[in-house]
Amino acid sequence: MNPRRFPSVRVIVPTLVFVAALLGWEAMVRIAQVPHYILPAPSLVLATLWQNLDSLAQSWWFTLKITFGALLLSAVLGVALAALFAMSRWVELSLFPFAIVLQVTPIVAIAPLILIYVDSTTAALLICAWIVAFFPVLSNTVIGLRSADPNLRDLFTLYRATRWQRLRLLLVPSALPYFIAGLKIAGGLSLIGAVVAEFTAGAAGRETGLASRILEASFRTEVPKMFAALLLVSLTGVAIFLLFNLLARSLLGRWHESEEDPGRRS
Amino acid sequence: MDATRSAIELDRVGKRFAGGTLALAGVSLSVTSGSFVAILGPSGCGKSTLLRMIAGLDTPSEGSIRLAGGQRGGDRGVSFVFQEPTLMPWGTVFENVWLPLRLAGRSRAAARDEVEALIGAVGLAGFADALPRELSGGMKMRVSIARALAPHPGLLLMDEPFAALDEITRNRLNDDLLHWWRERGLTALFVTHSVFEAVYLSERIAVMGPRPGRLVAEVAIDEPYPRTEAFRSSPRYTLLCSAVSKALRDAQQGEAD
Repeated sequence: MNPRRFPSVRVIVPTLVFVAALLGWEAMVRIAQVPHYILPAPSLVLATLWQNLDSLAQSWWFTLKITFGALLLSAVLGVALAALFAMSRWVELSLFPFAIVLQVTPIVAIAPLILIYVDSTTAALLICAWIVAFFPVLSNTVIGLRSADPNLRDLFTLYRATRWQRLRLLLVPSALPYFIAGLKIAGGLSLIGAVVAEFTAGAAGRETGLASRILEASFRTEVPKMFAALLLVSLTGVAIFLLFNLLARSLLGRWHESEEDPGRRS
Repeated sequence: MDATRSAIELDRVGKRFAGGTLALAGVSLSVTSGSFVAILGPSGCGKSTLLRMIAGLDTPSEGSIRLAGGQRGGDRGVSFVFQEPTLMPWGTVFENVWLPLRLAGRSRAAARDEVEALIGAVGLAGFADALPRELSGGMKMRVSIARALAPHPGLLLMDEPFAALDEITRNRLNDDLLHWWRERGLTALFVTHSVFEAVYLSERIAVMGPRPGRLVAEVAIDEPYPRTEAFRSSPRYTLLCSAVSKALRDAQQGEAD
């Protein structure tokens, strides 16, 4: 069967494989009688998740706040900086190296410093997650703002477009696919940033996220609980991925090649 | 209005690029208002550069360019058709044609009737809401021309607009272009490397030679409009084509000496 001609195959096949893997895992644990503090069966993980739902949900909510806060900051500051870079080569020349330094320095190495300098743990975690996530938005949007068709630029000059018209009607739509691609990457990265930063911070704050719960459970060798928290992190990542794919499709689906349905090509 | 007044006056126009390459030298040309003039030359002879300078998108390094009315953009101003359709891929046919009017401050509602009439005039009635990627190459070019006509230009500059189209589509667009040109009283300057196209369309052909780009010959095509398929298959057309081809060949040989 050709996956292109039967789109539902693209959902059914991976789902079947996933379910089979879970069943295999469950069976292996039961047959080999693996102790739950080494590897819990999927059923036990789900049961643990259910029992600890209240407290895990609170931590999950905290991680979500950091993740989406960092993502929002990345989008706003990334676009603002990119617009500044696109307007002036000098600004880009002077500031871009700093953005690169921030990008290439591992967050686990910077996080302890940020935790020292920033009083509020929440703010510190937000900054860490932002540092991890903002670069793709920045670099993609800079490229996007420069990628407008040169002939269209000339046309706007010929018809005497104002600066504002040029930005709104030409540069922003040209940059949109690049920005969305940056945002897709930033979505996953802000979750990673939020989790890694919290691991580094330890369970220092009053509010704790999923990373602290994983750490805490590992100290007590509550392996099923570790898996339960991990499950929530993964589900969050998958949800963010799907959310941004949906966003990309709704914003670009009609006109941009990246969202073109291969079956529809004439 | 004086019928013989010139729409474009080029006086010894030259262009030297930043790298030092001399792209154009001593181009003098006067285009009568309301006429159809073709600029014919091989690739790389500076035809496009010349057209861009007339549009004000580039500045000459020598000589002067004067346009009747002297204005660019706006009513009776200059419009430009590029080699590629150069449409905004995110905009519908309507939005693309509306663009020049929109940039001049006309709202969608205020421009609606006019834009829709134009879309109909170029043969795309019913496609107002289509996106460029849903159109064929010829249809895209029609949108591009409709957009160029939208601001009521006095002067229409075209840079090999049909070079990428198949011959059947190209012939039909040539016929339509002549129709729009006559109907609207435009001055048309049409850059091409096709001898057949230049002879069919224009009243006068300015033949250019390469390195540096310069005018080497002018050929008048004194065949009355409207021109039809009959002209294209007449012995006279063949004769004119071979005369222009010879002028073009001579221009190339002049370079080799």
